[in-house]
Amino acid sequence: MLERLGCTVSFDPRQTCCGQPFVTTGARAEAVRLARAHASVFAGAAAVVCPSASCVATVRRRYADLLGADQAEALAARTFELGEFIVLRLGTSDVGAVFPHRVALLESCHGLRELGLGRPSEQLGSVVDEVGITERLLRGVTGLELRSVSRRDECCGFGGAFSVGFPELSARIGRDKLRALAESGASFVTGTDASCLLHLDALRAREGFGPRAIHLAEILASRGGA
Amino acid sequence: MSAALDRRALELLPAGPRLVSHDAAVFALREKRDAAGRSEPDFERLRDYAREAKAHALDHLDGNLERFEARATAAGAVVHWAEDAPALNRIVHELLDARGARSVVKSKSMLTEECGLNPYLESRGIEVVDTDLGERIVQLGHEPPSHIIMPAIHRTREDIGALFARELDVPAGETDPARLTEAARRHLRGHFLGADAAITGVNFAVAESGTIVVVTNEGNADLGMSLPPLHIACLGIEKVIPRVADLAVFLRLLARSATGQPISVYTSLVTGPRPGAELHVVLVDNGRTRLLADEQHRRALGCIRCGACLNTCPVYRRAGGYAYGYAIPGPIGAVLAPALGGTDERRGLPLASTLCGSCSAVCPVKIDLHEQLIAWRATDVPRGRRERVLARIAAAVFERPALYRIAGRAARWVWPAVSRRWPGNPASPWLAARALPAHPGASFRERWRACVRGADR
Repeated sequence: MLERLGCTVSFDPRQTCCGQPFVTTGARAEAVRLARAHASVFAGAAAVVCPSASCVATVRRRYADLLGADQAEALAARTFELGEFIVLRLGTSDVGAVFPHRVALLESCHGLRELGLGRPSEQLGSVVDEVGITERLLRGVTGLELRSVSRRDECCGFGGAFSVGFPELSARIGRDKLRALAESGASFVTGTDASCLLHLDALRAREGFGPRAIHLAEILASRGGA
Repeated sequence: MSAALDRRALELLPAGPRLVSHDAAVFALREKRDAAGRSEPDFERLRDYAREAKAHALDHLDGNLERFEARATAAGAVVHWAEDAPALNRIVHELLDARGARSVVKSKSMLTEECGLNPYLESRGIEVVDTDLGERIVQLGHEPPSHIIMPAIHRTREDIGALFARELDVPAGETDPARLTEAARRHLRGHFLGADAAITGVNFAVAESGTIVVVTNEGNADLGMSLPPLHIACLGIEKVIPRVADLAVFLRLLARSATGQPISVYTSLVTGPRPGAELHVVLVDNGRTRLLADEQHRRALGCIRCGACLNTCPVYRRAGGYAYGYAIPGPIGAVLAPALGGTDERRGLPLASTLCGSCSAVCPVKIDLHEQLIAWRATDVPRGRRERVLARIAAAVFERPALYRIAGRAARWVWPAVSRRWPGNPASPWLAARALPAHPGASFRERWRACVRGADR
């Protein structure tokens, strides 16, 4: 898809993990080492495009503390969530995708509240309602019917290490989300974070109801089959 | 620690209708906040202003406190300083004891909950009656509050009907909120008229005038301050703001953020005692100075205790307040607990969050709550040996791309075994509520390599 849009894409196999799970569990020394490794792997890239909003949020919001402001800002300015890159950098919200299905959008928290991929429901005042970046891309997909979800931007309950340390609470929040998604009438739930989607898909596998999880990239790359 | 909160949530707020109604009742407050905020076009600007005003007040807290003391004293109040919870409890008890006060009416104060004032006084033979309806409900049920502004939010009206039938003059089976409230009102009126003293919390204290500001919806604090000859007001030192002009901003934000009201029903500004009565103001530190000295976390002292972060928190709504094991639950409780809570278990509360950031997004004074939770995790949350070793191993794998590749391949190989439930399975916490989906068969980098090779041909 990115090549169709005129990009030259390279993948450096030295990349592993941005360090997010270490930041959020307080393993700071490990987080610093992984952030350094991450920064050096991507040092030469004009743009770093990542199909995970929470990883991008880690680079943009947490690296200053791990690497120092200068290095972090330089990297953050070149790092983009996939949809953000397409809309803001490539300047299009129509990637020529075809996906004739009913879809609900899971507005993953870090993408929503830390990257601004949508408009958080908490934000009030007289700001004009504008369509978020991820939603704009979905509206540009031929045949896709976007369904609205109650409590649209409530957390799915994944929370990384939270889902391991607090399994019952994580599942409670996740089941409520799954129910809201099912009630939306969608056959698929999509989003910018594979981790949130995996959590929901694993709950769906146990509960036996709810829409199937599919990553935003899969929809944007789709030509009609599913 | 984390497991303890998860387990307590299961015990104290088991899945079922009670959990559903708790989540719905609390989320309704969040929705009321949204509606009230939308009706105030300047809402986001007010938040920015409030944040700056609180930062300024805290940066000049020393001077503000001294000015408050001087002005309040000049107005006829007596100002006391309590270094910690035992000091507050002792000062209040001595004031009551010296005047032979046996019966006290009290209005809402999270500070006195934090310090355990009620049990302290009760064990010394003083009758303390909480006069906020929700507070009275949990007091009659021998429970602490489960929410900082809605103390009995975990109770249904059936619960309250049964409690009042047992404790008050109410027929069994009564569940009508108006009749239950009327019964509480009659019951409390007698206590108000017979009280020797009133204890209140304080929402704001104004340095330039020596004024304390008490906000309620029921007028219970106002009645308490107006009837008995002794009024003791307890406040944390962080509540002092320099100017009365800023109060307008905070009051507009407080009620809207808390319950979605444009303004609370009663807002009383008290400067000095009423004629013939005494006013004592106890300023309490209890760890706040330490927090003030902490560059990373001092902004948490700006909290105006509206409860909006609890209402929006997906974890609080599914866990209930008691699961936290600390007087102040929810995101703000988890941020304050490491500094003010005192125990190891409470130092672990910053883990009780998905870091969704909704708390930071609703906070009327824009405290960066979820950022603070992350910061506490790195500095103050106790990490066990197991966590430390696991982090080291995981990092060692991530730092070596070749090892990472092998580990990924190995993970796909053992996937079928990990997906099954067996004792000692590292995936156990996940498998309790979930079933692991099938893995995709190949990793991204394997598919990428195949793709590049295909393109080369």
